[in-house]
Amino acid sequence: MSSQQIPEENLPVEQGTAHGAVEGAGDPFADPGLPAHKPRIQDIDERAANRSERAVALMFTLSMLATVGFIASYVIFPVDQIVYIWPFGHVSALNFSLGLTLGLALFLIGAGAVHWARTLMSDVEVADDRHAIEATPEVKAKVLADFADGARESALGRRKLIRNTMFGALALVPLSGVVLLRDLGPLPEKKLRKTLWAKGKQLVNMNTMEPLRPEDVVVGSLTFAMPEGLEEDAHDFQSQIAKAALMIIRIEPDNIKDKREREWAHEGIVAFSKICTHVGCPISLYEQQTHHVLCPCHQSTFDLSDGARVIFGPAGHALPQLRIGVNSEGNLEALGDFEEPVGPAFWERG
Amino acid sequence: MSTATETQRKAPAGERVADWADGRLGIYGLAKANMRKIFPDHWSFMLGEICLYSFIIIILTGVYLTLFFHPSMNEVVYHGSYEPMQGIRMSEAYASTLDISFDVRGGLLVRQIHHWAAVIFLAGMFVHMFRVFFTGAYRKPREINWLFGFLLFVLGMFTGFTGYSLPDDLLSGTGVRFTQGAILSMPIVGTYISMFLFGGEFPGTDIIARFYSIHILLLPGIMLGLVVGHLILVFFHKHTQFAGPGKTNKNVVGMPLLPVYMAKAGGFFFLVFGFISVIAAIATINPIWALGPYRPDQVSTGAQPDWYMGFAEGFVRVMPGWEINLWGHTLVLGVLIPLVLFGVVLAALALYPFIESWITGDKREHHILDRPRNAPTRTGLGVAWVTIYFVMLIGGGNDIWATHFHMSLNAISWFVRIAFFVGPVLAFVVTRRICLGLQRRDKEKVLHGRESGTIKRLPHGEFVEIHEPLSPEQLHTLTAHEQYKPIEIGPTVDENGVERKPSALQKLRARLSKSYYGENNQIAKPTAEEYKEITSGHGHH
Ligand code: HEM
Ligand code: FES
Repeated sequence: MSSQQIPEENLPVEQGTAHGAVEGAGDPFADPGLPAHKPRIQDIDERAANRSERAVALMFTLSMLATVGFIASYVIFPVDQIVYIWPFGHVSALNFSLGLTLGLALFLIGAGAVHWARTLMSDVEVADDRHAIEATPEVKAKVLADFADGARESALGRRKLIRNTMFGALALVPLSGVVLLRDLGPLPEKKLRKTLWAKGKQLVNMNTMEPLRPEDVVVGSLTFAMPEGLEEDAHDFQSQIAKAALMIIRIEPDNIKDKREREWAHEGIVAFSKICTHVGCPISLYEQQTHHVLCPCHQSTFDLSDGARVIFGPAGHALPQLRIGVNSEGNLEALGDFEEPVGPAFWERG
Repeated sequence: MSTATETQRKAPAGERVADWADGRLGIYGLAKANMRKIFPDHWSFMLGEICLYSFIIIILTGVYLTLFFHPSMNEVVYHGSYEPMQGIRMSEAYASTLDISFDVRGGLLVRQIHHWAAVIFLAGMFVHMFRVFFTGAYRKPREINWLFGFLLFVLGMFTGFTGYSLPDDLLSGTGVRFTQGAILSMPIVGTYISMFLFGGEFPGTDIIARFYSIHILLLPGIMLGLVVGHLILVFFHKHTQFAGPGKTNKNVVGMPLLPVYMAKAGGFFFLVFGFISVIAAIATINPIWALGPYRPDQVSTGAQPDWYMGFAEGFVRVMPGWEINLWGHTLVLGVLIPLVLFGVVLAALALYPFIESWITGDKREHHILDRPRNAPTRTGLGVAWVTIYFVMLIGGGNDIWATHFHMSLNAISWFVRIAFFVGPVLAFVVTRRICLGLQRRDKEKVLHGRESGTIKRLPHGEFVEIHEPLSPEQLHTLTAHEQYKPIEIGPTVDENGVERKPSALQKLRARLSKSYYGENNQIAKPTAEEYKEITSGHGHH
C-alpha cells in the first residue's frame, strides 16, 4: 500500500504558503502578513486600565467573601435541614449554600484572572517558528549507525541460541500472571442451569413470606414467589433470588393457548421465571386483560397465556415455566427445577 | 569586594530556589523552551481544556469520596439519618453512599460535583473530538494524539460506568445485570468471563470491590498517563491554527503561555470548577436514596444509564431478538450483534485518520486547520457518524420518548432501525451539499466582493447591488485552503509497452480519491487570473 507513491503533482501546494513571497506582488491572494496590533482602551487610557484593575480586585475580594460564606454555611446549617427555594423546590439547605458559595468563590477567581488577562496583559500576537518533527538525515543516519553498533556488540544476531532462549523465557514468564487469575471465579459448569427449585419445594409469597395457597392467587393479580428455605440474610440470597424469582398468575384454563403450559399449571395457576430472557432484568409489569408481561428494561413483552412467548422487543426466547402442584397441606409446590436455564441466553444453553 | 559576588549574595529567595532546582532538574532549559510558548486563540481550542479541568475535578472529588465510601457487598441493616430507609437491608456500599449523602456534611455536594464533572468530562471529550475531526487536526503529525484522545473517550465511558455502579442501588445494579447478560452472549467465552468477573454467579459478593479498584485505580491511572502524554504531544507538536494573514504551516501565531495563556487557562479552570459546583448545588444527579438498594428480583421503571452509555443501550434495545440454536449451542445474535456494532462504530472513528491519509497519499505535516466546508467528504462522513450516534441515543431512550410524546414503542423501534441505515446516508449527502454551497459562496465573495446592501441605479436604468471588494486579509484567508487532485490510476501500459495491471486496492483508492476530490466534490478555488479578469472587467462598467 504505502509503496504506492503518489506523484508529487497530485498534492496541493502547501497550506498557508500557497501565496508566499515567491509568487510575488502580483498575486491578489498573497498573505499580507500579521495585521498591525489594535490597541485596547486600557492600552491608551490609564483611567480605563485602573478601572479594569479595580474590577479584577473586586472579583478576587468577592471570592474571599464567598469562601467565608462557605465556612459559615458549614457551621450554621444542620445536615438534615430542608428548605424551599424557588424555583428549585425543596432542597438541602447545607448542600445548596455550600455549593453556591464554593461555586462563587471559584468562579470569581476564574473571572478575575480572565478579565485581567483580557484587559491588562499584552494582547500583541506574535509568531513562533515551527520545526519539522522528523529528524534530519544526518541525525537519522547517526542513530541507525549507533543502533547497528549496539546490536553488533550484543551479538544477538549471531548467537541464535541466546536469542531464541531469551525470547522463549520472556514469552513464558507472563503465563504466571495469567495463571494467578484463575481463582477470580469458579468455572461455569452447570451452574447457570440449576436454581434452588426442586421437587416438593413450596412457593413462598414474597409479600407475606407465607407459603402460597391456590386460593391466594386470584385472576388479574400478579404475585411474586421464591422457594421455601431461602432466607433474606443467607450469604448467597442475592445470587439465588437472581435465578429463582417467580411470577405467579391465574388464567382461566380455557384461555391458556399453549398445551404444555396448561399441563404444568395448577388449575390455571401458572408459574414463570421472573427474569427476562433478554439480558436479565426482573419483569414487573402485568397487563391483566391480555396476560402480557413487560420487562421495563428494554420493553420485551411476553404472552403468559401462550407459553410466555416473546411478542415484542429484543428478547430471544420465551420465559421458562416452572411445573407446579399442590402438596398435602394445600400449599403450592414445585414439581421439579426449571427444565431450561432461566435468564439471558448463553453459548452452552443449547 | 567584587560586585559579582555582591549581586550573587543579593539574589532574591525565589531565584535561589530556582537555581537550586536548576542544578538538579535543569529547569531553566525547560522554561526557556516553554515559558513563552505561543498558543493560538480560538474558542474551540477551549474544549480540550474543559476536558482537562473536569478530569482534575473528578480526581480531586473522587479522592474525597474514597475517604467515606465502603466498597463492600456485606449486607447491613440501615440505621442512618435518612428516615425512609430505616431498617432496610442493603449492602454496605449502598449504606455508605447514603451516609455520604445525608450524614457527612458537604458529602452530597462532593458526590454531585463528582458525577456532574463526569457527565461534563464525557460531553467535553465528545465535542472536543469532533472539533479535532471537523478541522482535520488529526492529520500528520497528530495521529497518535488522536488515538490517545480516542482511548481517553472510550476509557472515560467505562470509568463512568464502573463509577455509577458503585453505590449498588437499584438503577445501577440493573445496569450491571445488563452488562452481565451482554457478556453471556459472547460465544464460547461468555459464561467464563462472567464467572471470572463476578467471582461466581451474578451478582455474587465481589463485583463492587472489583469495580472499585477498576474505577479508582486501574482506569484513572491509565487515563492520567494518557492525559499527560496527550498534553506533552500538544506542546511538542505546537498547537494548530486556522489560516489567516501571517499564519503559515511553518509558524504558530498567538500569545505567550506566560502570562496571557496561563492566566486565561488557569482562570478557566476556576470557571469550570465554579460552574460545576453551582450545578451540583441546584440540580440533583443520581438520587440513589429514591431508588433503593439493588435486588436482582426488583427493578425501577424508566431505567436509563448516563448519557454516554445511551448509545450502547440503543443498539441493545432496537435489535430484533435473534437466537440461533445449533448442535447444542446458542448463538445469541440479538445481544451479540449490538455488542459488536458498538465496537465497530467506535473503531471506525479511531481509524479514520489513517484511512484518509491513505486516500490522499499525503505524507506532509499539517498545522493549518481546515474549515469543515473545505473538506466536504470528511465533514459529511463526520456528520453521518454523529447521526448514527444520536439515532442510537434515541433508541436508548425509546420508553422515555414513548411516554413523553405518546408514541408507540413499536413505531420508535422501527424508526430507529430504519434511521440507523438511512440516517447516515442522508446526513452525508445533505452535509456535503451544504459544504459545496458554502464553498461556492466563498468563491463568489472572493471574485465579486461582499454584498453591501446598497442598491445603485445605472445610467441606463438597471438596478445593481454594490459589491464591496474584500480586504487583502480576507482574500488570503478565503483562498488559503488546500485542494487535492484526485489520484488517477495512470496508464495501464508503462513506458516499455509492458502491460501494467492496477491492483484492486489501487482501483479502490482511485475511486475513493475521486469521491473526495473529484470535479463535483469540491469547488475549484478562484485563481489569480480569474480574479484579475473580473476586477479589471468591473472597471469597464
Ligand atoms: C481526558 C480527555 C482529554 C483532555 C484532557 C484533552 C486535552 C486537550 C487539550 C488541552 C488540547 C489542546 C487544546 C485543544 O485543541 O482543544 C488537546 C488537543 C488535542 N486533542 Fe485532546 N483532550 C482530551 C480528549 C481528546 C479526545 C477524545 C480526542 C480525540 C479522539 C483528542 C484529540 C486531540 C488532538 C488530536 C489534539 C491536538 C489538536 C490540535 O493541536 O489542534 N483529545 N487536547
Ligand atoms: S432485559 Fe428485559 S428486555 Fe432487556
